[in-house]
Amino acid sequence: MTDMASLMEDRAAGSDAANLRKPVDWDSAHIARNIKKRYAAERRFKAYGLAAIMLALAALVMLGYSIVSKGYSAFVQTFVQIEITFDPATIDPDATRDPAVIGRANFDGLIKDALRARFPEVTSRSEKRKLYDIVSSGASYDLRERVLDNPSLIGQTRKVWLIAGDDFDMLNKGYISAETSEASRRLDDDQIGWFQSLTDSGAIEKRFHTRFFTNGDSREPELAGIWGAAVGSFYTLIVTLVLSFPIGVAAAIYLEEFAPKNRLTQVIEVNINNLAAVPSIVFGLLGLELYLNVMHLPRSAPVVGGLTLALMTLPTIIIAARAAIKAVPPSIRQAALGLGASPVQTVSHHVLPLAMPGILTGTIIGMAQALGETAPLLMIGMVAFIVDIPGSAMDAATVLPVQIYLWADSPERAFVEKTSAAIMVLLAFLILMNGLAVFLRKKFERKW
Amino acid sequence: MSLTFLLLAIALLCALSFVFGRKRAIALSGGRFSNLHSLPIHYGTYTALWCGLPALALLIVWYALQGPVTEALVISDLPVEITSDPGKLSLALNAISLIAADNGHHLDVAPEVIEAGQRLAVLHSISNTALIVVLLAVALLGLGFSYRRILADMRARNNVERTVRYLMIGCSAIAILSTVGIVFSLLFEALHFFSKISPIEFLFGLEWSPQTAIRADQVASDGAFGMIPLFAGTLLITFIAMLVAVPVGLFSAIYMGEYASPRFRAWAKPALEVLAGVPTVVYGFFAALTVAPFLRDSGAVLGLSVSSESALAAGLVMGIMIIPFVSSLSDDVMSQVPQALRDGSYGLGATKSETIRLVIFPAALPGIVGAILLAVSRAIGETMIVVMAAGLAANLTANPLQAVTTVTVQIVTLLVGDQEFDSAKTLSAFALGLVLFLVTLGLNVFALKVVQKYREKYD
Repeated sequence: MTDMASLMEDRAAGSDAANLRKPVDWDSAHIARNIKKRYAAERRFKAYGLAAIMLALAALVMLGYSIVSKGYSAFVQTFVQIEITFDPATIDPDATRDPAVIGRANFDGLIKDALRARFPEVTSRSEKRKLYDIVSSGASYDLRERVLDNPSLIGQTRKVWLIAGDDFDMLNKGYISAETSEASRRLDDDQIGWFQSLTDSGAIEKRFHTRFFTNGDSREPELAGIWGAAVGSFYTLIVTLVLSFPIGVAAAIYLEEFAPKNRLTQVIEVNINNLAAVPSIVFGLLGLELYLNVMHLPRSAPVVGGLTLALMTLPTIIIAARAAIKAVPPSIRQAALGLGASPVQTVSHHVLPLAMPGILTGTIIGMAQALGETAPLLMIGMVAFIVDIPGSAMDAATVLPVQIYLWADSPERAFVEKTSAAIMVLLAFLILMNGLAVFLRKKFERKW
Repeated sequence: MSLTFLLLAIALLCALSFVFGRKRAIALSGGRFSNLHSLPIHYGTYTALWCGLPALALLIVWYALQGPVTEALVISDLPVEITSDPGKLSLALNAISLIAADNGHHLDVAPEVIEAGQRLAVLHSISNTALIVVLLAVALLGLGFSYRRILADMRARNNVERTVRYLMIGCSAIAILSTVGIVFSLLFEALHFFSKISPIEFLFGLEWSPQTAIRADQVASDGAFGMIPLFAGTLLITFIAMLVAVPVGLFSAIYMGEYASPRFRAWAKPALEVLAGVPTVVYGFFAALTVAPFLRDSGAVLGLSVSSESALAAGLVMGIMIIPFVSSLSDDVMSQVPQALRDGSYGLGATKSETIRLVIFPAALPGIVGAILLAVSRAIGETMIVVMAAGLAANLTANPLQAVTTVTVQIVTLLVGDQEFDSAKTLSAFALGLVLFLVTLGLNVFALKVVQKYREKYD
């Protein structure tokens, strides 16, 4: 009202001034300059927007490049070919062929003998110790397996490919350069010389590193693998899914279909939205206090990890499921009710099947978040150094992101490539899950 | 494993009782289902629910109480000189649980403790056996009771649906329960902490060094628990992150929403969202191994001394992580501004950028402010990036090139590893967690209020 009145007043007062003002000369230099300026501003503004997106994508590319360039080499591993004499006196002195006897034999000694035979010029104790580093400490287990599988090897002399130590692996992959001064690298000139002579005789080879996918964690980078963490992640996610999916869907159905609109349900709604924004580490503190200090569940176990992550994933699933249920048109419900179905039957036979693709999409995204989560699991002790592959959800275990965190902290250069490679595996799983979610959404997309 | 076995047994009994209940209903119907009040499947579900639910509830309660009850029983038998001293008691409890797990042969402890450990093992096995017996009894009782109640005119469907509804209410209540759980678990340990350290010192102290003396004669390890430096560090890193995320995120959203061709949007939008799906531990690794050394080296070239764990590196990477969060939220808000406003502005001769700056942006402002506040709360609570790329020393500084520490970093460092829960050092983590929870909660609620109160409502 007042706006209108003031406008009228302006008109009345300004009518004289308007009459006096010259009409705008649209061809004047001033106007032309002004338009040019405005178009320039327009172009600048658009360029800022494009630059912002390019900046974000450049960050993504840099992230990917830095991970892949550091990690791709972890999928191959250096092997050394050494002529091993399977000396019966060491392996099986009484010729019993008893696996227990063979299993106890000193295969490490065989490797050392072979190395000394290959480099007879090495004599002093400290030199020898440096020489032994060429072959990984895990190689003796390989040798044992080989002999146990094929006892006829005993007494023969064979050329055998053995896994190389991590420093020599790094040397072979070019991460340790002979040009840096001897004091500031992990291998001295002698060791590089030996390795060079092995390379020249064709006894060094890079092969696909299966151990990386089949082993548990290890203090030796060349022996460390992600299988233990992958299995731990699997158990943790199963527990998370089994708990959060039914509870989340049931809660969503209740809130969307049955709940009366009163104070209590309002509180529940606000609560769920707030829970979705609570920092993950706070859920870790809850898990630590509730599951470990009060309920005395086993520390570091995937069960506790899953219970903690389930509480964290629950809001995500509830919110996604509610959106999916809301998207089912009311006419479906009315038709079912009109035919005499009870409200529960209406939901379970009609609404839920139609909402299921949406619910599943939300669940997969929630699970992907849970798979990448680290901080709450640190709180409940899943950072322990665990070599064994967990056999059940009650065994101590670690998960992929925590494994990445642990390796990122390790001082050995070789763990950098392992960390990056583990990240690549984790990202591959995440992309797979997100791809599945997108596929589901596309396949079951429905316009009502 | 006993738990899997028990769950499988319950599931099997449920399946059996479903079959029994359904069979009995069919038998009662005399061949015509219309003689029954409900469908046979409802009678089956009815018996299955009676068989499974009480057993499951019992299982949960039993597992929740088993630990505390057995522990209390064992403690009550220990001599007074151990139970009166909390330090001794927790040591003894550790030893007892090791002995009970058949793992403490090397321990050199008092004979009472060894006895208690063996007693705990016995109690555990008694409890496990009793659980199996009681559980099966409860399941079978439920089965028998409900089976006998099945009659042709019993309102099985109504019964089942009522139970289903209560179950769903229970599931929704878990959301409230977990908030209550968070508050209580944090509050309980934080009050413990405040009984040792005054809240005034904690909230306003300028020094943080949580080292406490283990022996009374140790020097220089009094411990200082002032959280101001931690919050200053958190805010510094959050500020840097926002300097990156807000302009980049906003301009990305504007370009995506207003300028980009559908083809460009079709690949750029998902690519941007990949940034949000990358686990934070990956960002932490990126910050610590790529960004921080790069900043240090380029600082050295310019003659600046950049710490190798600078606030700048952590903040920059955290900003990158938050970009998609800001951009997708503000994209949503700006696309909700009606087309009529745009058309009106174009009709007056405004350019696109003028329309965006003077019409769309002001109209969407409350939503954008809300999005930024949510992003701030996320940055404050973010853990892995700062754990891997920020420092550990509490440093009250505004210089982004120096190392600072944050609340979440301290929580992690205080609680990772084996800890006793009676030192101020470990308990302080819960006090920090409580403050963190309250601050982020406050920010979230405030953001929602801003959006609700100042949102422009069209048509």
